[in-house]
Amino acid sequence: MGAWLPIAEIAAKVAAGELKATDLVEQSLKAIEGNKEFDAIIVTLASNARARAAAVDAGDNKGRLAGVPFIAKDNFLVFGADTTAASNILRGFEAPYQATAINRLEAEGAICVAKANLDAFAHGASTENSDFMTTKNPHDKTRVPGGSSGGSAASVALELAPFALGTDTGGSIRQPSSFTGVVGYKPTYGTISRSGVVAMGSSLDVIGPMARTVEDAALIFDVMAGRDDLDGTTIERDSAGYTGLSGDIVGKKIGIIKEYMGEGLDEGVKGVITEAADKLKAAGAEITEVSLPSLPTALAVYYILCPAEVSSNLGRYDGQRYGHHASDAKNLDQSYTHARGQGFGKEAKRRIMIGTYVLSSGYYDAYYKKAQTVRTKLINEFNKAFEEVDFLLGPVAPTTAFTIGANADDPLQMYLSDVMTVGANLVGIPAISLPAGLSENLPVGLQLMAPQRSDRALLELAQAAEGLLV
Amino acid sequence: MAKLSREDILKLARLARLDLSDDEITEYSSELSEILQYVELLQSVDVDGLEPTNQVTGLTNVTRADEVRDYGYAPGDLLKNLPDQEDGQIKVKRMVG
Repeated sequence: MGAWLPIAEIAAKVAAGELKATDLVEQSLKAIEGNKEFDAIIVTLASNARARAAAVDAGDNKGRLAGVPFIAKDNFLVFGADTTAASNILRGFEAPYQATAINRLEAEGAICVAKANLDAFAHGASTENSDFMTTKNPHDKTRVPGGSSGGSAASVALELAPFALGTDTGGSIRQPSSFTGVVGYKPTYGTISRSGVVAMGSSLDVIGPMARTVEDAALIFDVMAGRDDLDGTTIERDSAGYTGLSGDIVGKKIGIIKEYMGEGLDEGVKGVITEAADKLKAAGAEITEVSLPSLPTALAVYYILCPAEVSSNLGRYDGQRYGHHASDAKNLDQSYTHARGQGFGKEAKRRIMIGTYVLSSGYYDAYYKKAQTVRTKLINEFNKAFEEVDFLLGPVAPTTAFTIGANADDPLQMYLSDVMTVGANLVGIPAISLPAGLSENLPVGLQLMAPQRSDRALLELAQAAEGLLV
Repeated sequence: MAKLSREDILKLARLARLDLSDDEITEYSSELSEILQYVELLQSVDVDGLEPTNQVTGLTNVTRADEVRDYGYAPGDLLKNLPDQEDGQIKVKRMVG
């Protein structure tokens, strides 16, 4: 918490002329330059950022995020640099339009300074599936930062900018936030427009902020949230907004998810989470244990639905209109198969293959439809739990940050890193990762969840809890 | 059912228009089998009386007025990523003959 003031204060000082946007952008670019060894950043947008900062300093400084630098995961379409999704197939792709989320942040004066590394197409839990490089964890360079928004998480932990944007399909904001000790927020499905963001699993994908505090994250969320004609899945924002939070812990009913606290959970992580629950109880929360009996099936549901949607979404990369083009193709068919074969990395291909299998004739009912039906069962169980408690609590991930290479040759083991995060995506509820302490000097995130559309209540609880935890 | 042969992998790759190397075919046949074996735990879940969920917030058929809007982009901006073009049109390999 050294390099940057709280975001609202930065904007207020820029508006008052006490801070200059140009200095803030230079500070961010300098921090990026000085931390290259972590491989968090794919590309900087230095000239665009400097031009925007100059415009802010010239008087366009009244926005709620005036002059605040930020870093976008490289699956957001942003003017001024390539959008690659850390994939070879999109190398050299120049955004022809810009993401709604970026437009809304810019309209309030925020300035995108760089694009962060990720697992290619956001497929992964470590950034090791990036076609370009693996980001290093700021707490231990031999470990992964988590993923897929690992570059964004590392950027916030390294204070390269006051906040970063991530996307979360099965835990890709929360798990890296847990691994790097930052706040990561996954809102209710549909709260932020995904127009201009590279699609992964469209019934699961959400955008969210990653920041150092709940207050900062809530402000960024507030700026981005709301209906957008360009994304038909968007829902109305909370009429009370998501800022000016005044949460109280006393009397809040919080259920510890039994299924997340048992087998497979690292003892050190368990200790931090149990201690966090104890602190909330001491502050006046009513803590109970809640069981969601079908939750152990969530990962299997996810690894059918997600690849199915991936195989469909990645169908658009055909080498004809944009992206990698197979110059060696002798006919139309080869221009598809070569472009995709050469351009996609291992994990993208793996997911396309699984997705194609579960959607193919003869297997659709047994896999895809069955998974969608178990999804209904999960939704029913979460709804029932939320009749008993206001919030759910558990770890974000079963372990702390693992060593680079540890899971690289075992895709199923890598998928297990998402076991405690996929539930919220399947059910569409908001969930947050809050820094809760350390286990063997590595950060551990506490996960809190709330019913759909209870984003404000969840952020209020998180802000109140934040002060108690570390 | 979950054991995928080399032929199964080739068939899937064909459906997905993906060129795979020999190494990838071997690798995916064992990895995909392992992953499919894992997800088979769903077969024993009782879902009697439940319908599949496609959309979690309950929206259906969201539409907007069919009007031309000016987003301020020149056609050239939208065509700049084309690997091959002629007269402002996408150029692809010949389809017939």
